[in-house]
Amino acid sequence: MSISIALATVVLLAVVVLVVSAPLRAAGRALDPESQEAGGRHAARESAADRAELETAREAKYREIRDAELDYRTGKLSREDYDAVDRALRAEAIEILDRLEAPEEDCPKPRAS
Amino acid sequence: MALLGRACLLLALAVCVYGIGASLYGVRTGRSEWSESGRRAVYALAGILTVAFAVLEIAFLRDDFGFNTVAGTSSSTTPTFYKAAAVWSSQEGSLLLWAWLLSLWSSLVLFLTRRRLRDVAAYATAVLLGFGGFFVSLMVFYATPFATTSPAPADGVGLDPLLRHPSMMIHPPMLYSGYTLCTIPLAFGIGALLARRVDAEWIRATRRFAFAAWFFLGIGILLGARWSYAELGWGGYWGWDPVENASLMPWLTATAFLHSLMIQEKRGMLKMWNVSLVLATGTLAIMGTFLVRSGILSSIHAFGGATLGVPFVTLIAVLVAASIYLVVSRRDMLRTEHRLDSLLSRESIFLANNIVLVALCFVIFWGTYFPLISEAFTGQAASVGPPWFDRYTVPLALVLVLLSGIGPVIAWRRATLANARKNFVAPLLVAAATLIALIGAGIGAKPFAIAMFCCAAFVLGSVGQEFFRGVRARRAMAREPAPTALMALIRRNRRRYGGYIVHIGMATLFVGVAASSSFQHASELGLSRGQSTKVGAYTIRYVRPTATITPKDDRAHTGATLSLGAVLDVTKRGRHVATLRPSEGFYDSGDPSQGSVGHFIGGQAVSHVSMSAGVTRDVWTAIAPDISTPQLKRVIDIGNKTIPLVRPDEGLLAIAYMARAYLQNPPQAQFHFIVSPLVMWIWIGGFIGFAGGLIAIWPAPSTVRRRVAVRSSARAARSRLQRA
Repeated sequence: MSISIALATVVLLAVVVLVVSAPLRAAGRALDPESQEAGGRHAARESAADRAELETAREAKYREIRDAELDYRTGKLSREDYDAVDRALRAEAIEILDRLEAPEEDCPKPRAS
Repeated sequence: MALLGRACLLLALAVCVYGIGASLYGVRTGRSEWSESGRRAVYALAGILTVAFAVLEIAFLRDDFGFNTVAGTSSSTTPTFYKAAAVWSSQEGSLLLWAWLLSLWSSLVLFLTRRRLRDVAAYATAVLLGFGGFFVSLMVFYATPFATTSPAPADGVGLDPLLRHPSMMIHPPMLYSGYTLCTIPLAFGIGALLARRVDAEWIRATRRFAFAAWFFLGIGILLGARWSYAELGWGGYWGWDPVENASLMPWLTATAFLHSLMIQEKRGMLKMWNVSLVLATGTLAIMGTFLVRSGILSSIHAFGGATLGVPFVTLIAVLVAASIYLVVSRRDMLRTEHRLDSLLSRESIFLANNIVLVALCFVIFWGTYFPLISEAFTGQAASVGPPWFDRYTVPLALVLVLLSGIGPVIAWRRATLANARKNFVAPLLVAAATLIALIGAGIGAKPFAIAMFCCAAFVLGSVGQEFFRGVRARRAMAREPAPTALMALIRRNRRRYGGYIVHIGMATLFVGVAASSSFQHASELGLSRGQSTKVGAYTIRYVRPTATITPKDDRAHTGATLSLGAVLDVTKRGRHVATLRPSEGFYDSGDPSQGSVGHFIGGQAVSHVSMSAGVTRDVWTAIAPDISTPQLKRVIDIGNKTIPLVRPDEGLLAIAYMARAYLQNPPQAQFHFIVSPLVMWIWIGGFIGFAGGLIAIWPAPSTVRRRVAVRSSARAARSRLQRA
């Protein structure tokens, strides 16, 4: 009984080591001195994160445009208010899209609106 | 098997320590393979704890009384489904459940964010593994579920009779899922602050988990209330018990967060408020867990052991200090760039709702921890009771319900007075009609209850109007029949309409609470066979006594050696309404000093409630039979003297003789009768609310389309926006 338990423990340990160390082993195999350069990777991560932020902001803006339309259709916004809100929201959405389209080096930090 | 369990715990601890180090090293040096390795440590932790949990569960199901936990909380006569649930009835088993659920939810969130939020997720991984490591450490150093005794006892003590209720199968896992899910937004909030990425993306990534925390915690709270009502002999569903309060507090702050996060998502506002709410919710969840285990406050739900107090206090102190430091040090980036466009906007209503929810939480926090606060200042622990809580929470609850009716009819960003007036007409008319009907029915003496009914009617009016107008707009656009339009409306706007359904559920629940607490008739008195009493409009007659002995007649799996009760006939104006059978179970103490017969019924006496529940009222009864009469005592005394301890069958015969004596000549029994109106609506309201929560949490079909759209050119999207 104790041997089988010891065996089960060793198997579990081996599986854990394999699962946890897999990314390290993969990185070791694909070691490329240029791509391992820390500064470059940091910049790439920052850029990806900025882009993700902008995409989140874009999704939120689209949702806001849809919500404003639903508010108007359910009588919570007058025509004038809806037009003003919708115009502002679409301008903000276009601003976000412009930033998303901008070359990466020009890509400013996203700004919630 | 216990050895395997202990090995799992040690391995889990090592994995936690490694994962924290790998995640932090990865994020600090920019080496993503280390962050990835840290993330996989969470998966490994989930796998290891699954094995550990399975080991303990198998030990319970196989009656392995060599495990101290099994011997202390189960027995060979415990029904199988209660054996499975008995795992979390002990301190040690519940710690394992907590850590296991945490590892599962953490794995899920980290899997879903594996391609996003790299830095934030790496810090969050470290925080989540920190929590995992903390709970595993408790099991390694303080309260191990795998402690054994050799030789193993022949049988176990059995499950606490109070926990032999079907809801105990799911109440703790729901509550613990809620608590553990609360730590996920907390971990990502800390991650966002550490990574200095406090935009809405981390909120978007963890929003569903915050919703799931709210959902599970809510179901856990409601099941706990149901258990209290149906199992405990006091007839209430909420007693402002410290442990009940501890679960309600994070639920309230999570509710506030679920409203205010929309403002950050839409407007980039309330960043500091949101991150503070998330940190508070996670910390309150840990405090709730601490309260059950520390023994610092007396509660029927607590484990009572005081050994875990110091580690938990240390963890909470670290959490509070780290939260304050992070929020203060990042205050510049948490500053909002926008202001409210108008005081008459949905944002303002959400803000007001947040203030009320946080005020409610503060009141409950103060009342719950008052014994500790008073002891710290005066040296004497003074507690506050339900009237104190009611004094502050009832008005706040009224305002909250009212706001939940105002919010749906106010637009985002701005609303004009003219529009607001137009939108409030129908809900106000519904509320006014309710008020007139209530006064006409002669129900005017309870102002708070009347106010709650009117506020709830206002909510029903405003949400009903929203559904009506939404369907009308949808029909105008798509020319669909009303049911199709309704389904399409909800499907396309799950968060909005799911949220509205939650509002209806909560208003319904509060109607149940207000009615049952304000218009309740209760009576406690002694009755002999054949006697009757009036409770409210009902006449209750004690028809005959009942007696059952285990295991022959224990159909409800109560596990009681002897159950004594009564058959009651309930009538209203001479018409039969229900037949009720309350009883009280007497349990084996396992203490030989009480004698060979006495120990069979010398343990805990647990009331088994009987009620007739309906949509308009519940008739609730409990009985406390008197077994100290000279006649019954004589049976026990003679049995103790003549039957040796080694002949339990003969001892049980004496118990059967005692049951027969009770049936032949029943002494007067004490009864507790309660007639409460609309209690059923508390459970119905909860069900509606959580169904609405499910709708809101469910991924919208448009999400898939949007993911495809993300790949399309931004230029095309821009031209669409300009054309519109």
